[in-house]
Amino acid sequence: MGAAQTRAEHNYHELSDKTGFSLEQINILHKRFKQLSGEADTISKENLKSIPALSDNPIKNQIIEAFFDKRNQHNGEVGVYDEIGFEEFLMVMSHFRPPSLRTSEEEKKAMRKDKLQFLFNMHDTDSDGKITLEEYRKVVEELLSRSGAIGLEAAKAIADAAMLEVASSSMPDMPADYFYEGITFEHFEQILNGLEMESRMHIRFLDIDTVTMRCDRQ
Amino acid sequence: MLRRGRRKTWLLGTFLCLVLVSGVEAGAKSEHSHGGHQQQNASEITGIPIVKFKWHHVEMPYTVALWVLVAGVCKLVIEANHHVTTVIPESALLICFGFILGGIVWGADKVQTFSLTPTVFFFYLLPQIILDAGYFMPNKLFFSNLGGILIHAVIGTCWNAATVGLSLWGCHMGGAMGDIDIGLLQYLLFGSLLAAVDPVAVIAVFEEVHVNEVLFIMVFGESLLNDGVTVVLFNVFDAFVSLGGGAIDAAEIVKGIVSFFVVAFGGALVGVIFGILLSLLTRCTKNIQIIEPGFVFVLGYLSYLTAEMLSLSAILSITFCGVCCQKYINANMDEKSVTTVRYVMKVFANGSETMIFVFLGISAIDKTIWVWNTGFILLTLLFVFVYRFIGVFALTWIQNKFRLVPLDFTDRIIMSYGGLRGAVAYGLAVLLDPNKIKERPLMIGTTLIVVYFTVILQGITMKPLVTWLKVKRAALSEIMLIEKVQNKVFDHMLVAIEDISGQKGHNYMRDKWKNFEGKWLSWILMKPSARKKHDYVFNVFHKLNLKDALDYVAEGECKGSLEFVRNETAYIDFKKKFGDDFSDISMPEIGIDMGDTTIANPYARRDTVPSVSLEMHEQTMNGLRESEDINTHHLLQQHLYKGRKQHRHRYSRSHFDVNQDEDEVQEIFQRTMRNRLESFKSAKMGVAPPKTITKHPKKDTQQKMPNGKSTDKTRSYHSGDEDFEFSEGDSASGYTGSFPRVTYTAGASHLQSNPVRSLFQLVLRTGLHARPGPHGPGADPALAGRGGAGQRHRRPVAESPGRTALDPSNLRRLAPLRISTRSSDSFTLAGVDPAASSRDRDDLPPPPSPPPTYKPN
Repeated sequence: MGAAQTRAEHNYHELSDKTGFSLEQINILHKRFKQLSGEADTISKENLKSIPALSDNPIKNQIIEAFFDKRNQHNGEVGVYDEIGFEEFLMVMSHFRPPSLRTSEEEKKAMRKDKLQFLFNMHDTDSDGKITLEEYRKVVEELLSRSGAIGLEAAKAIADAAMLEVASSSMPDMPADYFYEGITFEHFEQILNGLEMESRMHIRFLDIDTVTMRCDRQ
Repeated sequence: MLRRGRRKTWLLGTFLCLVLVSGVEAGAKSEHSHGGHQQQNASEITGIPIVKFKWHHVEMPYTVALWVLVAGVCKLVIEANHHVTTVIPESALLICFGFILGGIVWGADKVQTFSLTPTVFFFYLLPQIILDAGYFMPNKLFFSNLGGILIHAVIGTCWNAATVGLSLWGCHMGGAMGDIDIGLLQYLLFGSLLAAVDPVAVIAVFEEVHVNEVLFIMVFGESLLNDGVTVVLFNVFDAFVSLGGGAIDAAEIVKGIVSFFVVAFGGALVGVIFGILLSLLTRCTKNIQIIEPGFVFVLGYLSYLTAEMLSLSAILSITFCGVCCQKYINANMDEKSVTTVRYVMKVFANGSETMIFVFLGISAIDKTIWVWNTGFILLTLLFVFVYRFIGVFALTWIQNKFRLVPLDFTDRIIMSYGGLRGAVAYGLAVLLDPNKIKERPLMIGTTLIVVYFTVILQGITMKPLVTWLKVKRAALSEIMLIEKVQNKVFDHMLVAIEDISGQKGHNYMRDKWKNFEGKWLSWILMKPSARKKHDYVFNVFHKLNLKDALDYVAEGECKGSLEFVRNETAYIDFKKKFGDDFSDISMPEIGIDMGDTTIANPYARRDTVPSVSLEMHEQTMNGLRESEDINTHHLLQQHLYKGRKQHRHRYSRSHFDVNQDEDEVQEIFQRTMRNRLESFKSAKMGVAPPKTITKHPKKDTQQKMPNGKSTDKTRSYHSGDEDFEFSEGDSASGYTGSFPRVTYTAGASHLQSNPVRSLFQLVLRTGLHARPGPHGPGADPALAGRGGAGQRHRRPVAESPGRTALDPSNLRRLAPLRISTRSSDSFTLAGVDPAASSRDRDDLPPPPSPPPTYKPN
């Protein structure tokens, strides 16, 4: 028992170094992970899909896919996991970690790039390094899937317009017959350069355990 | 340039002086003569006076109107000098103008006739500014920073009031002020009226600086919400001063604290109630659209007055009224009414702001308020400035422990430095009771100096400071569509991640609120029709379409005359035809391809046409001008509907649109349909269209486009839509031949040539495979050769001349970005499976060459 405890703690320290979460946060997330997986070591897509609060999120599929995407694990692999362990779960979560006051400018930049990469991977479903028009259309379609009939038609128009805008702004001197295959990460980064990411891709990971508090009451 | 600007200013300045002096003197004169005059009239009525000079009769409204005019002209003069306003903010200049005007009035009257009275300020000038602020409040930003704003507004303001009051009192005790009669409570009262950051001043200064939005909302939100605190503090200390130090016990202090909550939350509640009322009211104003915008102002004003009547915070009330109702009234009201509201709101707010600053300046020129006390004034300035810094730094330090995005050092400096005091402080100072407070003039004078110091000096230095500190600025450029989409993605993503990590954070709450709002509030407060329209998607879509249309017309206009209508129509027709082909199963590949071709794209035409192509176009225009004029005339005669009667404007109080005859519309429609039917028939029978119009010297274009022309001629008539009156006429008259010119003149904006390219390819394929046109196959090689040459001519670097037109990669490049300029087309083809089209791409027939370039003669 005691040994297991220390091993888990050692493990947590390692994870904390890797992901930047505090030990308390890791602890909380671990509890949540166990809760989602039903006390198993790994978690599957079905586990995530069954979260009730997620049910009316239009882009839940994309989000869930992102958890199982090997690209978001920073180990250079490409592909898709069938199931992920806690470490992978934590790695994905770490994309949403806010910077602290002590974070230096370089680190902030790196974090920003990291977040953008995450976003990019989410859109680039076939991992070819480009968000093609089809892929982007799908994104917009899903995003608008809750808005009824007009959604599908509008989605196409919007996706196309956005794509063209990107094409024209990222390659201002594009030859007329140049086939814009899709948004590369460099373009993506460049386009979203002005976008304020700080408040938009950060989540406050609490040190207080709201999960179990709620569970206890149940 | 500079000198000329100055001279202009002086000219206008002197003009202003004249107007004013004459006005004032007339007033004075009439006052003198008035009594005698009336008596004269009363005593001896000798006959009916034809003309009478009745200055006294109109004096009050006349003066008001005159002052409004003068303030407006002041602003005009200031804005005419851009090189000055870039350095000195407008508000500071307006105050300086006020000094001059005040000096003139003083010189004429020897007494300060006009000054900013609290009644005028609080009842007639302030409400519209605050309503404007509330109505245009970026709600999401405001509410997501509400915590921080409230901390600054409540604790920060109390801190300012207490420290300034106490420190001044301390210095007084230390003997720094000399001999003045101010007690501790009076110092605290003075501190409390100086504590509040002024919304008017903050808007005026920050609007010109463009700091990032979080920073702006922190300062601006604070300035709005601290009013509740100021009012309470002021009233409490005012009461304490009248009670006297001895009568204050714990119970009174507790009452004071309770009253704070009541005043602040009560004010906000009144505002929310009025906001809901307003939303409900606009639900049913469909039949009185003409006065619809009026309700917004009246109810907003009533919320202000109601709160004032209940001695609650009026500013909070009207702010929340605006914040709450903005979404619903914008959805409920007619688009025209919304525009009216927005515009009138800005007119009022800007006007009052101008008036306020001018009068702040004028008020200074008054001997009676200037009691100089160096120690008091300088120490007040110092304390106000220093304690603001200390307060902001301390509070943000605490906040940063909780904030997701910490405010960094430069942000904190700007927040401190942005603590501008303004007319609210002055208004409160004037409200002081001269019987109770002996040193009232000194306090008013000092308040004015603080206001001038903050608005003028801090206002002027704000911009350099922001630049120097490299504070993050707000992005001035319009955000791109992809960013809008991305923002939406962010919202949902954050909620999802919070759900997965099992937390109940901000995003979770916001999502819940949104759901609740969408389900219930919108249901109650919005018209059913508006509910549908208020969709985010619809908005984006609507905007896209609008932009599309605008760009389309703008482009046409820049080409001159009606040419764009013709060319574009041809272009559209052309695609319509393919739209029909799509329904025709005999040509599946083309139909499928169309799914890609007719991608809606409003941005396709957004690119500005580079100068080179413009020049080219100029030449084209010159060559074609004459024949086109003839053709245009002919076309118009043939195809324009001749109105049965002239449009008459009739006077009506409730409608201001031109009357339209129902029959007329019907007739136009029927006529168009008949035309279409005719041309359709002729197309089916393979007969050349009956109407032939003189060939214009655009021959080379037509020859280059034999396919386009022929296919178009034969098959473009059953374009099922009714967009253009001109369409049949165009296609019939062979104008379609010129359609590539639209794109090739704009050839340098490369994206635009994409659609045409793909179109071209389609034309070609139609020719080759489906229904060989008269020139179809034969023209192909020639076309290819010429196209290659043309392309070299256009873009010597872009492509190697050796590249053949049949290069499949050429085709690949085209496929996904076949984009039409008309988003409406995507509707007709929304059902096309993109996968099918991409499959199809692999086994397409040999692609055509790059399209031929139009060569100017």
